Amino acid sequence: MIDVRHLHRVFRTKKGTVTAVNDVSFTVERGEIFGFLGPNGAGKTTTIGMLCTLLRPTSGTAILNGFDIVKQPHYVRKSIGLVFQDPSLDERLTARENLEFHARLYRLPKDLARERIDRMLEMVELVSRQDDLVKNFSGGMKRRLEIARGLIHHPRILFLDEPTLGLDPQTRVCIWDYIHQLQREEQVTIFLTTHYMEEAEHCRHIGVMDYGKLIGLDTPEGLKKTVGEDRITMTTLHVKQATAYLASRGLSPLGVREREVVFEVQNGEAFLPSFVKQAPFDMLTINLTRPTLEDVFLRMTGRTLRGEGDPVGAARSGRRR
Amino acid sequence: MSDTREPAPLPSPAVADMISSRWLDNLAGVYTIWLREVRKFWRDRPRIIGATVQPALFLLLLGTGIGQGIPRAFGVEPAARSFAPGVPNYLTYIYPGIIAMTLLFTSVFSAISIIWDREIGFLKEVMVAPISRSAVAIGKTLGGSTVAMLQGCLMLLFAPFLHVALSWGTMLALLPLLLYISFSLTAMGIAAAARMRSMQGFTVIMNFLTLPMFFLSGAMFPIDGLPRWMTVLVTLNPLTYGVDALRSVVIGFHQYGVLQDLLVMGVFGVAMLGLAVMGFESHE
Repeated sequence: MIDVRHLHRVFRTKKGTVTAVNDVSFTVERGEIFGFLGPNGAGKTTTIGMLCTLLRPTSGTAILNGFDIVKQPHYVRKSIGLVFQDPSLDERLTARENLEFHARLYRLPKDLARERIDRMLEMVELVSRQDDLVKNFSGGMKRRLEIARGLIHHPRILFLDEPTLGLDPQTRVCIWDYIHQLQREEQVTIFLTTHYMEEAEHCRHIGVMDYGKLIGLDTPEGLKKTVGEDRITMTTLHVKQATAYLASRGLSPLGVREREVVFEVQNGEAFLPSFVKQAPFDMLTINLTRPTLEDVFLRMTGRTLRGEGDPVGAARSGRRR
Repeated sequence: MSDTREPAPLPSPAVADMISSRWLDNLAGVYTIWLREVRKFWRDRPRIIGATVQPALFLLLLGTGIGQGIPRAFGVEPAARSFAPGVPNYLTYIYPGIIAMTLLFTSVFSAISIIWDREIGFLKEVMVAPISRSAVAIGKTLGGSTVAMLQGCLMLLFAPFLHVALSWGTMLALLPLLLYISFSLTAMGIAAAARMRSMQGFTVIMNFLTLPMFFLSGAMFPIDGLPRWMTVLVTLNPLTYGVDALRSVVIGFHQYGVLQDLLVMGVFGVAMLGLAVMGFESHE
């Protein structure tokens, strides 16, 4: 559905050139949720900008829904819906008027437009507010309206650039419900960027971007496996017995403290029940932690996702729009 | 991750289908953008009132002051003789000029909506839609000029108070003329706005442009008998011809011919629209 080939984009700034996206290639399957993960300024938004024809690639191209983003931008635009990172509604129009504007712009027949608008307003629970001016809406309502707008024209691919940025947790959960519902009911291919790890877990595949490069691409599980195994933290009054028993099973603890032993195993969920049953000593607590995408990111880049004080990243994020 | 496959051949929609569909897409785009401009104008009553009161003040205060005060102070008897047939006094003379001023300011400053749209992010919604950049520029220009035309029509309400008799036929002829003049002026504003990021910057630059254009258009004074340098500037000013055309239709007085007026405004308008389209084409 999306086939990205050596996409490259250089920005000229007063201080020289900055490579925002560096030779990125990947594919996204029809109907999947694909996530782009990376810190601010990693090149996610620039990549989306090129995929939806707002920015021209310096070199390389991509095929979306069978159309080339450089040679056939018109048809690419007809195939995609977009929810921007920053608000892009006309606040002096009502919610319904914003949707009507969009429907007209995408040349939907009147009846179909009315039907789709009603349905989308229902989906994002804005029916009762449809005739209010958007300037009176909360951030969450605006975002929901933007998602509704992005779907009015039945896009084959929906781009969501940081769809839940700055929203409260409750609204974020709601929006994720919508996204899953969409994928199920409309078979939309969803391409999103995020720098929230928890959100990346919703995706079938995740591309990790840093400094304009795609440094990893896999399922969330696959990515986590690259970081390490499941970690078990156990507390017991019999530390010596515990380490001896671990050694007998071929496991070496990562760390031993007073009352606490930490070690790693593969497939921790299956390991734990039998381990607890068979261990010849009493435990106080036992705790399994699995690697998170945060760990993945840390391992791949040596930095945390929300890390600050990164001058290159900051300079880039300033150039992103 | 690297892709070594041959690129798939691009699907080629039937040519006829492609042309008609793209053409219709763009037409729908122009209409949609136009509709939004006009609808927002209609909703913004304070703006309509403000844009009517300002020229009314020019007419009433400046017009009366200059028309009555200056001849008295500088020793010329007022109404000693009529300036030209059909132009009984100064107020009547500047009336078409004030209509042109209304068109100029409304047209140019309606282009600020582009900068506003960019600021609130709405421009992206338009830029990513399946319509060409030219359609965006044309839609915006048509929207702005329609708004200016409507605002110009409101100025016609002053005619009875100035003892200018406008027949229904004249009014009907005025509508396309108002739109025609507004179109080239709006295109000028759009051409500038497409290249600018800040509203303040746009306002400053446009004041630099519109005020000399207004002063040098013959809106407020006759253009013959001026110093040579000023005559040159007046002749080069496209608005001069707009004022002349309006004056010709409204009070039957002109210095050029309506045909020449229309030609100059038309060439200027097309050139400005070209610049506006180019401004959007290179937009990222």
